[in-house]
Amino acid sequence: MRRTSLYDSHLAAGARMVDFGGWEMPINYGSQLDEHHQVRTAAGMFDVSHMTVVDIHGPETRAFLSNLLANDVAKLTTPGQAFYSCMLKESGGVMDDLIAYFMNEDWFRLVVNATTRDKGLAWLERHGAEFSIAVTEHHELSIIAVQGPEARQKVHAVMPAQAVSELAQLKPFSAVDVDGIFVARTGYTGEDGYEILISVLQAEAFWDRLLEQGVKPCGLGARDTLRLEAGMNLYGQDMTEEDTPLVSGLAWTVAMRDDREFIGRKALEKQKMDGVPARLVGLVLEGRGVLRPGQKIITEAGEGVTTSGSFSPTLQKAIALARVPAATGDRCEVEIRGKHLPARIVKPPFVRKGKACEGIA
Amino acid sequence: MSEIPSELRYRESHEWVRDEGNGTAVVGISDPAQAALGDMVFVELPEPGMSYSQGEACAVVESVKAASDVYAPVSCEVIEANGALEDNPELVNTDPYGEGWLFKVQLTDAGEIDGLLNSEAYAAQQDD
Repeated sequence: MRRTSLYDSHLAAGARMVDFGGWEMPINYGSQLDEHHQVRTAAGMFDVSHMTVVDIHGPETRAFLSNLLANDVAKLTTPGQAFYSCMLKESGGVMDDLIAYFMNEDWFRLVVNATTRDKGLAWLERHGAEFSIAVTEHHELSIIAVQGPEARQKVHAVMPAQAVSELAQLKPFSAVDVDGIFVARTGYTGEDGYEILISVLQAEAFWDRLLEQGVKPCGLGARDTLRLEAGMNLYGQDMTEEDTPLVSGLAWTVAMRDDREFIGRKALEKQKMDGVPARLVGLVLEGRGVLRPGQKIITEAGEGVTTSGSFSPTLQKAIALARVPAATGDRCEVEIRGKHLPARIVKPPFVRKGKACEGIA
Repeated sequence: MSEIPSELRYRESHEWVRDEGNGTAVVGISDPAQAALGDMVFVELPEPGMSYSQGEACAVVESVKAASDVYAPVSCEVIEANGALEDNPELVNTDPYGEGWLFKVQLTDAGEIDGLLNSEAYAAQQDD
């Protein structure tokens, strides 16, 4: 199994390690619930170095990504500006999801999933062949996500003074390079914070400085409950190659207003024409119990299935994302161990910036 | 380090049994089991009056990570479920052998307890 440069730091912090897509990663450091609350109320940090950083260089970088991504890179005009996008198959199914950063006209940076690394890189190579571009994967970078209401101030405290004014002005969904450290104001928790790409040689020392600031290590377990509360999809669970963005709550990430050609567009147009059959919704279980992925949903419009589900530590209720028939109303039943339990259908997110969203609690 | 009290008996599937000596016993899940499962968020317990054969699934403990079946460590009839777990499932984590007990049973075959693992044998199983 592969290990990140922070492996020893995890063991020193008492991590319980698990296999995540071939990487030995911390699932928690004792209590997943404590780590979850830490991020909602203060600041926590995650080692997400298993994710893949890929740079695209070359004169046709923008043209290549315009064809490759369902979101439109024409939206990215300021250096450091980023967006979330899917890469689609011709069938319209989701190949992968990613964050794309515009650095300059000859350079975009992509951060893609660890679990889809091989097929994602193969896809980039295959479709990049027609363009004058080069694909470079960065193995020499660690990624540390620092998240929570106190996250930015804690990061600023360990940065050189001249970098702080620049970071203080950094807008959400944009990134800046300070002293060779790539700092993006992005995340996967529904809280403010940074995702920091730093040399594997510096990562351990940087992690230790954040520890000294009181930033607590958090595992992939808390990362999953945080992102679920934030209503963020997990690739391979909430959408796969079999699902289009339109049935995955991701229509907002698909730019189809003009006539830009991109891989999968024709399939999406056909699906729209035929009528999108399903949608991804949020569920809040009314009674006691826990929602999990793969549970059957019963609605007046037909059956559906939960794609992610857990106990929400912030709401103290079970929540889920579920794919249901498009005509589903505002209530359903979930089958849990043979029993049918009532649930409310809501629009994600469930939690933002530490608080329940309107209409959720 | 996990705690595995010597006065209890254990099943391979991580339930513990405390023989009360009057034909009844208390059942819970072990410290290594609760540690592996993580923070408990929901416990579904059997109703008093229900009967189970040894090894039959009779309860579910759900941690924030996953749902796990709890098996009847001995053939029994349930006489009481730990109602405190409804509002405080985390007692299974904080006090697995005390306040985090799951249910009390009337033994159907008291001899079955002797067939369970003692603490040493159960501890050895954890080291594998």
